[in-house]
Amino acid sequence: MELLVAAAIGILTTAGTYLMLRAYTFPVILGLTFLSYAVNVFLFAMGRLAIDRPPVISPDAPGYTDPLPQALVLTAIVISFGMTALIVALALRGYLETGSDRSTLDAPRRTDAGGGA
Amino acid sequence: MTLLLVVLVPFLGALIPPLVIRSGRNTCAAATGGATLLALALLLSHGPAVFSGEVPKAGVDWVPAMGLSLSVFADGLGFFFAAMILVIGLLVIVYARFYLSREDPMGRFFAYLLLFQGSMVGVVLSDNVVLLLVFWEMTSLTSFLLIGFWTKRADARQGARMALVITGGGGLALIAGLLLVAQAAGSYQLTDILARGEMVRASPLYLPALLLVLAGAFTKSAQFPFHFWLPHAMVAPTPVSAYLHSATMVKAGVFLLARLWPVLAGTEAWFLIVAPVGLATMLVGAAIALFRNDLKGLLAYSTVSHLGLMTMLLGLGTPMAAVAAVFHIINHATFKAALFMSAGIVDHEAGTRDIRRLGGLMVLMPVTGTLALLGAAAMAGVPLFNGFLSKEMMLEEAAHTSYLGLDQLFPVLATVAAVFSVAFSARFAIGTFLGPVRHDYPHHPHDPPPGMWLPVAVLVVPVIAIGLFPGPVAGPLVALTAAAVIGGPLPDYHLALWHGITPALVMSLLAFAGGAALMLAYGQADRVRARLPRLDARAMFEATAGTLVFTCRRLLGALHDGALSRYMGVTVATLVAVGGYGFWSATHGAGTRPLLPVNAPALTAFLALVLASGAVLLCHAERLTALILTGVVGVVVALAFLQFSAPDLALTQISVDVVTTILMLLALNLLPKATPREESRATRWRDSTVAGLAGLGVAGLAYAVMTRNGVSISDYYLAQSKPGGGGTNVVNVILVDFRGYDTFAEIIVLGIAALAIYALLNPALKGAAVRRIKAMLPRTESRDVHPLLLVVATRVLLPLSLTVGAYIFLRGHNEPGGGFIAGLVVAIALIMQYIASGYAWAAERMKVDAQSMIGAGVAVAGLTGIAAFAFGRPFLTSTFGYLRWPVVGTFELASALAFDLGVFLTVVGVMLLSLAQLSRVARRIDPSPESREPMDVPLERGASGAAGREG
Repeated sequence: MELLVAAAIGILTTAGTYLMLRAYTFPVILGLTFLSYAVNVFLFAMGRLAIDRPPVISPDAPGYTDPLPQALVLTAIVISFGMTALIVALALRGYLETGSDRSTLDAPRRTDAGGGA
Repeated sequence: MTLLLVVLVPFLGALIPPLVIRSGRNTCAAATGGATLLALALLLSHGPAVFSGEVPKAGVDWVPAMGLSLSVFADGLGFFFAAMILVIGLLVIVYARFYLSREDPMGRFFAYLLLFQGSMVGVVLSDNVVLLLVFWEMTSLTSFLLIGFWTKRADARQGARMALVITGGGGLALIAGLLLVAQAAGSYQLTDILARGEMVRASPLYLPALLLVLAGAFTKSAQFPFHFWLPHAMVAPTPVSAYLHSATMVKAGVFLLARLWPVLAGTEAWFLIVAPVGLATMLVGAAIALFRNDLKGLLAYSTVSHLGLMTMLLGLGTPMAAVAAVFHIINHATFKAALFMSAGIVDHEAGTRDIRRLGGLMVLMPVTGTLALLGAAAMAGVPLFNGFLSKEMMLEEAAHTSYLGLDQLFPVLATVAAVFSVAFSARFAIGTFLGPVRHDYPHHPHDPPPGMWLPVAVLVVPVIAIGLFPGPVAGPLVALTAAAVIGGPLPDYHLALWHGITPALVMSLLAFAGGAALMLAYGQADRVRARLPRLDARAMFEATAGTLVFTCRRLLGALHDGALSRYMGVTVATLVAVGGYGFWSATHGAGTRPLLPVNAPALTAFLALVLASGAVLLCHAERLTALILTGVVGVVVALAFLQFSAPDLALTQISVDVVTTILMLLALNLLPKATPREESRATRWRDSTVAGLAGLGVAGLAYAVMTRNGVSISDYYLAQSKPGGGGTNVVNVILVDFRGYDTFAEIIVLGIAALAIYALLNPALKGAAVRRIKAMLPRTESRDVHPLLLVVATRVLLPLSLTVGAYIFLRGHNEPGGGFIAGLVVAIALIMQYIASGYAWAAERMKVDAQSMIGAGVAVAGLTGIAAFAFGRPFLTSTFGYLRWPVVGTFELASALAFDLGVFLTVVGVMLLSLAQLSRVARRIDPSPESREPMDVPLERGASGAAGREG
C-alpha cells in the first residue's frame, strides 16, 4: 500500500510540475491544483499510513494514527483553495486586461518577431 | 535610567516640532531647544559622577539570548562627546531659527535635526555594539534627510545621495567589523570589549576586523580617499553643515577610532594604516581648501584636513598622541562650528559665499567679522588661541615619528600641511572680511540679529579661554576624556603656551612663514594648480553609480525577462539536482516498518488516479475535459484520506473540491476554452524530464519515510486532547486549541485572499477589459437558465444542508467535523441557491454580506483568544465545561467552540465572496436586464410582475 501511495504522490507531482511549466494560465492553475494534492498527500504520509485508526479518542479504540499531519493538511487544503481562487482571479483579470492568457511576459515580443518574419 | 533618557529624549522630542510649527517658528525652535536642553540637563546630572571617575550605566535587556541590550554608559569619552553634541546642537537650533527662511518647512527641519541628535548621542553613549551600529546607521539616514533638506535642488539630492552611499556603505563594513571584534572579545558589551583589548589583538580575526572598522570610520570621517563626499554635502543648509560636518557626524569616525583605541591601537597594522591615511587626508584636505572659492567649500576641506590630523594622531598609537587628538577634537569643535556659522551669516547677509565677490565686510558687519577672525586665527594655529596648542602637540608628535624607517616623512609633510592650513585660514579671513569695502555685493550686508551671532560668540569664548589658560580651562576635560581613550594611566603632559624652543615651535614658525608666502603668491599658486590634472570626484562617483545601475538592469533584464515558466523550470531543476546530490552522496538501507497489504478498492482507485492524471497531461489543452478529470483525481485523494484513517481530511477535501471546480468553471466561462499548442516537441520533452525527475524524487522520499518508523510529538496531543482540550477529535482539538494560533493566522490569510479577489474583480473594469467582455456578449446560455428541477431540489435541500452543517459544526470537537468542514458544507448549500436561481434573486435574500462574515469570523476568533487574558492566561488559552440540557443530555461547552465559530464564519464568507465575485464579472458589463425571478417558470399565475411580462 505504501508503494501505491508513494507512486500516487510521484504521479501527482509529475503532472503538477509539468502543467506548471506550461506557458498559459489555465494549465498552470490546474498544475497548482495537482501540486497541492501531491503536497497534501505527502505531508499526510509523513504521519505514516494506518487503516481504521482515526485519531478520535475512544475507550475501545485499538490505537490512533498521527493526528498532527492531519491537522496541518486540513488547513493546507483550505489555504490552497484560497490560493487557487486568488490565482484564478488574477488570471481572469489578466486575460481581460491584455487579451492573452499567456503567463509569460515575452509573448508580444515573440509574436512580433514571428509576424515580422 | 536617566542616562537612557538622554538618548531617548531627542527621539521623543522629534515628534514635537512638526506639531507645534502651527504655533509659530519661535515656539517650534523653543520646543526643539527645550528637548535638547532637557537631554543636556539629564546628561550633566551625571557630570559629577563622571568627573569623580565613575562610569554611570543604564539599560534594559532587549534580546538577552543574543547578547542584545538597550544599554548605555558614560565614561569620559562618551560623556564629553554627548555634551559636545548637545551643546553645539543647542547653539545650532538657535542659529537655525534665524537662518531658515519663512518658506522652509521648519517643523520638518527640527524634527530631522532632533532625530540626528538622538542618533548621534546614541552612537557615543551605546554600550552594546549592536545598538551602536543601529544608531550609526541612523546617523547616516538622518544626515541624508538633512543634507537633502532642500529637496527641490538637484545638487542637494545628489550630494545627499553620495553622502548616504559612502557613509552607508562604510556602515555596512562597520557592522561586519564590529561583529568580528565582538566575536573576538566574546562579548557584545563595549565595556567588556574595552577590557579585553589584548584578547582581540591576539585573535586571528583582528586584521579583518580592523580593516572593516577602519572602512566604516574613514568613510564617516571623510578620510582620504573617501574625502570627496563631504564638500558635496555642503549643499545642506548652513546649520546642518555647522552641526553635522564640523562638530558631530564627521567626528563619529574619529570617535570610533578613539573609542576602540584601547582595543585596536598599538599594533603595527594600526600604525601603518591609520597614521598615513590621516597624514594624507590632512595634507590633501588643506591643499584643496586653499583653492576653494566657496566659503563653505573651503571650510569643508579644512574640516577634512583637521579630521585627518586627529586620525593621524590616533593612528600614531602613543598615549601622548591620543591626548593631543582629544585636545584637538575639543578645540576644533569650537572654532570650526563658529566659522561655519559665520560663513552662513555672510551668505545670508551678503547674498554670496564666493570669496572672489567678498572682502571688506569687517567694516559693514563688525561683530560677525571679529568673531570670524578670532575663529580663523584659531584654525590657523595662531598663539593665544586654542588651535595653536593642539597643533603644537601634533607637530611635536609628528616630529618624533618615523614611518618604515623614513624619519623625515611625517615631520615634513605635517609641516607642509600646516603651511597650507595657515594659508587657507588667512585666505578665509582676508578674502572675506579685510581689504577694501566693495559696492557690488548681491545684498546689503550688515550684522544679523543677535540670535544668529550669539551662538558664534558663545563658541568663540572657549576658543580664547583655552588659548590663554589651557590648563585651568580645558585640563580636567582633556584628562577625563583622554583617560577614557587610553584606558590606562595618562602620560606625563601639561597643557601650556610655552614649552621652550621645541621642534614643534620651529615647525610652527616655518608654517607661518610658508603660509604667508603662499598667501602672497596665491595668484601664481592658483595658476600652477589650474594646470595640474584634476579628478572630479562627483563625476567619477556618478559615472560609477550609473555603470552599476546599468549593469544591474541589464543583468536583471536578462534573468527576469518575464518567462515565468523558465523561472519555475530552473527552480524545480535546481531542487531536483540538490536533492539528487543529497541522495547519491549518502548510504541507504531498506525500511523496516511492516507494509500494509494492498486491497482491490485501493488498487482500483490508484488506477483511476493514474488514468486521470495521464489523460490530463495528454489533453490539458481541452480545458473543460482537463478540469473534469482533475475532479476525478480529487475524489481519489479524498478516498485515500478516508482509507487511511483521516475522516476529517476526506470531508474537507471533497467539499473543497466541489467549490474549486465551481470556481474554475466560472472562470472558464470567460477564459479561452482551449490552450493553443505551440510548444515544440523538445520543450515538452525537456519539461517532462524535469517533471518526471521531480516526481520520482518526491515519490522516493515519501516511500522512504513511510517504510520507516519515527518519533512523533503527537503522543502529547493524543494524551491531552480529552483532559486538556475537552474534545475527543484530536485533529479538531489541535486546530482550535493546541495550535489555535496557526489556525487564527490561517483564517486571516484566507480572508485576505478573498478580499484580494474582491479587489481584483469588483472595481468597475475599464478600457480593454470591457471591450473584451462586450465582444463575448450576448453569451450563448441555456434556454433553461434556472432549471425547475434544480431550483426545487436546492430549495428543499437548503434547510437540510444547513442542519447538516450545524450538526457537523457542533460535533466537530468530538467526532469528525468542525468549523472548516461545516463552513464548506454551508457555503456549498448557499452557492447552490445562486447557481439554481441566479445571483440577483439569491443575493436579495442573503441578509449578511460575505465581507462582514469574514470580518465577523476573524473578530470572533480573535475575541475568543483575547478573552483568555481576562482570566490571566495567554492568548487563545481555551477552557471548557459541561452543561446539562433537558432533552439533549450532557453537553460540553468549550470556549474553543466560539473560536471554531469564527473559523466557520470566515470560511463561509471566503467561499461566497470568491465565487460571487467570479460569477459577477461579466454580469456587470452585460446591458441585458437581469432576471430577478427564482425560476424561468412564473411561480404564481396572476402575480403582477409575471402577469406584466406575459402581457
